[in-house]
Parts: sequence; C-alpha cells; structure tokens
Amino acid sequence: MRILAIDASGQVASVALLTDETLAAEYTIDYKKTHSQTLLPMIDEIMRMIEMEPDELDAIAVSAGPGSFTGLRIGAATAKGLAMSLNKKIIAVPTLDMLAYNYMGTEHLICPMMDARRNQVYTGLYECKQDKVLPLSRQTACSIDELIDNVNSMCRTTIFLGDGITVFRELLKERLTIPYLFAPPHLVKQRAGSLAVAALHYYIEGKYLSSAEFVPEYLRLSQAERELKEKQNADQTNEQG
Amino acid sequence: MESKIKKDITILAIETSCDETAAAVVRNGRTVLSNVISSQIDLHTMYGGVVPEIASRKHIENIDVVIQEALNEAGITLSELDAIGVTYGPGLVGALLVGVAEAKAIAYAAHLPLVGVHHIEGHVSANYIEHPDLEPPFLCLIVSGGHTHLVVVKEYGVYEIIGKTHDDAAGEAFDKVARSIGFGYPGGPKIDKASKAGNPQAMAFPRAHIDGHPNDFSFSGIKSAVLNYLNQAAMKGEEVNANDIAASFQAAVVDVLVEKTMNAARDLHMTTVAMAGGVASNSGLRTAMEEACKRENLTLVYPSLIYCTDNAAMIGAAAYYEYIKGNFSGLDLNAVPGLKIGERKI
Repeated sequence: MRILAIDASGQVASVALLTDETLAAEYTIDYKKTHSQTLLPMIDEIMRMIEMEPDELDAIAVSAGPGSFTGLRIGAATAKGLAMSLNKKIIAVPTLDMLAYNYMGTEHLICPMMDARRNQVYTGLYECKQDKVLPLSRQTACSIDELIDNVNSMCRTTIFLGDGITVFRELLKERLTIPYLFAPPHLVKQRAGSLAVAALHYYIEGKYLSSAEFVPEYLRLSQAERELKEKQNADQTNEQG
Repeated sequence: MESKIKKDITILAIETSCDETAAAVVRNGRTVLSNVISSQIDLHTMYGGVVPEIASRKHIENIDVVIQEALNEAGITLSELDAIGVTYGPGLVGALLVGVAEAKAIAYAAHLPLVGVHHIEGHVSANYIEHPDLEPPFLCLIVSGGHTHLVVVKEYGVYEIIGKTHDDAAGEAFDKVARSIGFGYPGGPKIDKASKAGNPQAMAFPRAHIDGHPNDFSFSGIKSAVLNYLNQAAMKGEEVNANDIAASFQAAVVDVLVEKTMNAARDLHMTTVAMAGGVASNSGLRTAMEEACKRENLTLVYPSLIYCTDNAAMIGAAAYYEYIKGNFSGLDLNAVPGLKIGERKI
C-alpha cells in the first residue's frame, strides 16, 4: 500500500509517502504561503528521491479541512488531479484528525486548534485507543472561550497543538484549570507523515472517495453567504417584530 | 528534410478564471473535440456579481466532473493527449488557483507538458476555432467585463497593445448601467435585449475621445451620464424609459468601439478585424461592426456565442500555438491575477 499524503491547509506545506509500514519520505516547509508554487515540486522531489513513478501510488491522502480556504483548495485540486489521472481513490482526512495523529500513543487528551480569526478556533478533542487516535467529538469551529470551558470540564491533562496556540497561548495559560502541555516545534503543526498514517486507518475502514466526490470541508460559510444569511435573519426578525 | 506528415496535437484545456468551470479537448488549435462549461451564474445573481470565494468553492466541486466529461465527449484518454493547457491569469486568484493546481497535477501524473495560457489571449484565439483561414497579422478588439483593448496580433502568440481603456472596461460599464436601471446582473445580455425595444437616439450620451491617445477608450463618462440622467429624472419625479436608456447607452458604447477599431485598421493597413471577449457577443456591436467593415472593405471575424463567453476551447486553441513554440510551464506555475497581455510568467 503506497499512500501519497498532501497538506496545504495552513502556512505549512507538507507531503509524505507511506509505503506499508515505512514512512519513505516526508517533506515539510513552514515558511510562506506559496503552496501553489511549492506543493507539486515538493511531490516531484520526494517521488524522485525514492525512485517512484506516480502510477505506482495506490491512493492519495489529503487534509480535507478546515484551514485556509485557498490552501485547502490548492491541496484538494492537486489531490484530485493526481487521483483522477491515476484512477486512484482519495482519502480525505479532517485537518484536526491529522494534527491529533502527531500525538499517537499519548495517554493525555489531545486538543488541536487552528486559528479561525474573529476570536474563533477550529478544534476538536481526541484520545488514543490502541493504535488509533479517536475524536471525542467532531471537529468544529467555536469561540476560544467555549473551547477553554470544554477542556476544563474534561478534568484531564491536555496537549495543545496547532497554529492556534501561537495566537492563544497566553490566554490558555491564564484560564486553564487542568494540567496542560504545549506541543514542541516538531509536533505542533501539520505533518504529512501523520496524515499518511491517519489515512491508512481511514482506508482500512473503507473511508475513501473518488476524485470527483471529494470536496474540502471548510466548517465555515463564505463571508458573502454569512452576510446574506444575517441579513435574511434580521429581515425575518423585523417582520415578526 | 522536413517531414510532410505532421502529428496531430491534442490538448486538454482547463479554464477557471472567473465563474465558469470549463474543460475542453482541442486538436491542432482549431478543431474542438469537446467543450464543457459548468456555469455558476445563477449562484452569483443573488449577490449582484461574482463572489470570489463562492466561485472558488464551486470550481473545486465541479472541476473533476467537468474534465472527465470533456475527455469522455471527445472520446480521448489522458494517454492520447499531447499537453495540458490552463488559464493562469488574469482573473480571480482563488478561482485561477483551482485550475492551475489541478492542471499541474494532471500534467505531472500523466507525464504531459504543461502550457500556461493568458485568459485574454485565449479569447483572441477563440477566433481560430471557427475561422480556419484566419492567420495573423490581424487587428483584434478585445471587449469583456475586465478588458477593453485594441491589439495587433502580429503572429501566433505575439500581441501588441495599441489601445486600452483608461477607466472602466466596456463590459463593466454595461454591468454598472444595468444595475442602475434595475436590470441586475449580468448586465450585458439584459441591456442588449432591452436595446432592441428602445430608441438609440432617445438620449445623447457622450462618445469619449482621449486627447493624444486616439486608440484609447474611456467609459466612465458614459456611465456617469446615464447615472446623472436617472438622478435628474428621479428628482423631477419623471418616469424613465429603461429600454430607451439601454438603447442609447449601448449605441454610445458601440459607436466608440467601432470608430476606434476602424481608425486603427486604416492607420495600420490591416485587412482583417477580429473581435473577442464576452461583449463581442453583443448583437448591437456585431451589427455595427459588420456594417463598418463592409464599408471599409475589411474582413470581420468573431466567435459564435459559445466561444465568446468564458470557455476552455479557446484556451486549448491558444495553448496549441504556445505548444508548437515550445513555451512550456514548470510544475511551479502560479496563478497571476494581474497578468498583462503579452506577458509571460510561465
């Protein structure tokens, strides 16, 4: 089983190649958001390094979202183009699941969080069972306050990771009432190696799609849709009032 | 000795620069084997214009289905292709990126060369599809929602801009005026339709000429004149005849477009005039340009409606001429939203 894993959901661009039990290649850049220029050359580079042709791949894994809208689509279009051309399946792994897999094996609670702006985070809570990382609840967009209350109520040591901790570290330190850890640099952000491992579990469980079926999961409407909805709701309230 | 038997070149082209997700298979730049367009226009109408984020989301939802349909309709598999062509600018950056990322991945996976195409050069090249005898040099009037240019196509893929708009694009003026008289989005076709029921001489809207720049355009004055007319009528409490406004506005725009094109053709001794872009589908412009070209003894070509609005067949046509020149793009090809005509960032 050879899985090419692609992530462009945040500032990191990361690609990896998992062959059965071996992470044959992993290439991660956390520099600037120039994914549209770097992603495919990175894939080309790791494939050449391990002397593999694209048609030897069995599946394409990609972070399904949430994340940067544009970044998600660059990853998605790259995965779709590859999967369609090679007639292979796409394994779409929620971005927060992928982040949680950085901590496979821990006995603590895992809380990946991504900055969603406007004082919100994309987040989820995870724990390890045997060789899997399982979500306690589905990934969601919520306010940082809601997340802090929720984690405090779990009364367990919690590991925080994701780009959200850069923004909310001080607030978390101030408000958390449970023991906690912040992930070190090598585990804090998206890694396509973790994505590939998560994807293998997904694949075994039959969770994969055709390239045409796959669409990113933004967890948030576009600004225009949100404003239209707010306006419609306000109009409705006025009418009722 | 040069081989007499030329191999056919078949290109899969992808276009996602605005609100149409499109893919086409084109042979030798002229023969369209398939031309699939998934339009999102209904989605954007309720917002009064294209919403970039919504457009990008629809592109990623539709793109694989559109490409597969294009291949199926053409009866072509990826292994029978010679190259992948894709629009990389100008346009909405998020929208362009979907097509560019997809095209690069297909080119990489299928071991095919990649050809980045300029969207507007695609519009110009749309003329090659239905006019097998059309060859450069020719003069081309490019009129769309984002562009108003007079361009000399010196040879395949070589463009010299001789005139451009100083403010609004012609199509932009159509959209703005349509909105102001309550026609909504998209303005061009609605004004064109209303014009047929209106009097083009009802109001004298200005024909703008720019001192020292005989080939350049300006449409903000015409637009303002329409808005002023509407404001004055509203203040006086007068009813306006929307059809007359549409017809008079369209006549003013068309007059300027035709006159400047004819002047340039004469000055540059051009024998063929082409039109390109969404506004080239305007029936008033077509009729007026036909009459003028007949008078001046010029050959006029323009694409049929389906190749005037955004499509991928035109990208396939333009890609072919880049392909035979060996102008290939790397896997690091990026979307360039402000790409200029004749500029290469491949």
